[in-house]
Amino acid sequence: MEHRWGMSIDLDRCTGCEACVVACHAENNLPVSSPEQAEKGRTAHWIRVDRYYEGEFPDVRVKYRPVLCQQCDNAPCEPVCPTYATYHNTEGLNVQVYNRCVGTFYCANNCPYTVRFFNWFAPEWPEPLQLQHNPDVSIRPAGVMEKCTFCVQRIQRGKRDAATENRPLADGEIQPACVQSCPADAMAFGDLNDPESKVSKLAGSGRSTLLMGELGTKPKVFYLERAK
Amino acid sequence: MATSAPELLPYAKIREDLFRPLSNGSARYWITIAAAMSVIVLGLVAWGIQVRDGMGVTGLNRPVFWGFYIVDFVFWIGISHAGTLISAILRLTDAAWRKPVTRAAEAITVFCLMIGGMFPIIHLGRSWLFYWLIPYPNPRLLWPNFRSPLLWDLVAILTYVTGSVIYLYLPLIPDMAQLAQHNVPWRRKLYRILSLGWTGSDREWHALERAMKLMACIILAVAISVHTVVSWDFAMSIAPMWHSTIFGPYFVVGAIFSGIAALLLVMGTLRRALGLELYLTKHHFNNLSKLLLLMSLLWFYFTFAEYQTVWYGNEPSEMAVFASKIRGPYAPFFWTMVFCNFVVPFILLGIRKLRTITTAMVASVCVLIGMWLERYLIVAPTLGNPRMTSASGVYLPTWIEFAITAATFAGMLVLYLLFSKLFPIIAVWEFKAHPVEED
Repeated sequence: MEHRWGMSIDLDRCTGCEACVVACHAENNLPVSSPEQAEKGRTAHWIRVDRYYEGEFPDVRVKYRPVLCQQCDNAPCEPVCPTYATYHNTEGLNVQVYNRCVGTFYCANNCPYTVRFFNWFAPEWPEPLQLQHNPDVSIRPAGVMEKCTFCVQRIQRGKRDAATENRPLADGEIQPACVQSCPADAMAFGDLNDPESKVSKLAGSGRSTLLMGELGTKPKVFYLERAK
Repeated sequence: MATSAPELLPYAKIREDLFRPLSNGSARYWITIAAAMSVIVLGLVAWGIQVRDGMGVTGLNRPVFWGFYIVDFVFWIGISHAGTLISAILRLTDAAWRKPVTRAAEAITVFCLMIGGMFPIIHLGRSWLFYWLIPYPNPRLLWPNFRSPLLWDLVAILTYVTGSVIYLYLPLIPDMAQLAQHNVPWRRKLYRILSLGWTGSDREWHALERAMKLMACIILAVAISVHTVVSWDFAMSIAPMWHSTIFGPYFVVGAIFSGIAALLLVMGTLRRALGLELYLTKHHFNNLSKLLLLMSLLWFYFTFAEYQTVWYGNEPSEMAVFASKIRGPYAPFFWTMVFCNFVVPFILLGIRKLRTITTAMVASVCVLIGMWLERYLIVAPTLGNPRMTSASGVYLPTWIEFAITAATFAGMLVLYLLFSKLFPIIAVWEFKAHPVEED
């Protein structure tokens, strides 16, 4: 395995601005839900910002945690899919093949992070949002499951560009949309196989934690927080 | 207990009584069929809308991705255990009172499996691609994922349908031969083909008897494994209150429980509708009622064991699900379930004076409602309370799910009505002396 992609998110830096959520929507052609559908819990945000409140009013502290697919190495969603629509690729990504998905929902039920999203209807965009679709990302039809891909289209392009120019990939060259758009510089993305990469160092630091790591899912998203 | 044993009636009368329902179709019969068909049409319209527009027309959402369809699936597969368990156990133990009961039970199995087997297809986001779960040769050399419990399900249910159709058909053969001289030409043809040239020779009787004994053994093992596999759809996941080692036997017990209730209900209805008071006697209802009571106690034991361990373990993500069932939004359903599945059968069937055919029917209806709720309480609260509390949600079904669910009940009614018009619902030949295979 040449690469093993991972991400770190610094919770002490995150301001909860949700720029990552908007960037993800634009990059990955995520449909826009109507207010009625959103009320039913049918929104699709491959990355969301969870808010946690600590303390009693007026002495309240808010903590933000961006949650996206954790690209688990031991992913509970993978073995349960009867058609191999979700599987592990050679670079450690947990990949969703839309064309193979028949919509059993099982992967979503078995995901402890609830980061899988279903296409309840054919996707729709209010005018003129349909004009800004990303040509590198396919539009998903009704009836299939989808989720964060770590912007696999950007990973492929980065590798291709480096190969064309006959040079190794530089650390930080590939940035998923959420990482690129983070104004607080809270997110980092890179190759966990490279011990010198920013994400490797951060993942190995004492501030690194895993979301529900006790479940043994081996996530590749590392949350950095101040030790209590 | 038995007021009259059908075995003691003259065989000519038995034949006459049991073949009579095949010939005359009353107005009431056809009105019932028409009414049920209209419910089925409504369900088909609902399904059509769902296929055309997408799963969004249902009440499913994130995180409750499974709803009525999976509940219905487990419910119908559960009821299908009526036939196999009752009939196979009673046949193997050679219980004489089984004779008027077995075929009614075996028919329930086949029809429930046909109906239950549709739900995994109905619940798919792209149901027209369901055959991708079947390992068939294809140009891309793609296999389905045999590690997925859904694939185990597919294999288990297909095995079960095949087995139970054979198990229903074998004891039909001698009756088909008796009916081969029927006076309606197309029926005569049908029965003659189905009788497979049965002549009633000693060799044939022995072969049939051995085949039935063998199938009874096989079908018992298959039935238990099928509902265990169905429970593994849940237990193999890591969702709170699904990931439970007890689920296999718990589901099997629940399945037999609801299956007996369904059988009692069908028998009571047939008794009235076809005038079979001489054949389905108080004796049969009394025996089955006792069995229902036993299963009620077993079900209560399993439920208690399951909830007690969760409560004592006091693990936060499990307790969120537990609380939503015991005192949260699902509490009315939970306590109705306990009332229907335990309190009612315990009182009505546990006290001998209260145990009559009517109370057995009442208890059966309660148990069927309770067992449907039990499956609902397994599916919805767990999904509504995922480990990420920020993602919790509530499931509110729409008319689409209600229409499709109602249609399957109507479908069961139509299938059963047609079956009882085409085939004798009680095995007639069993009352006649015939060569018996020694064990």
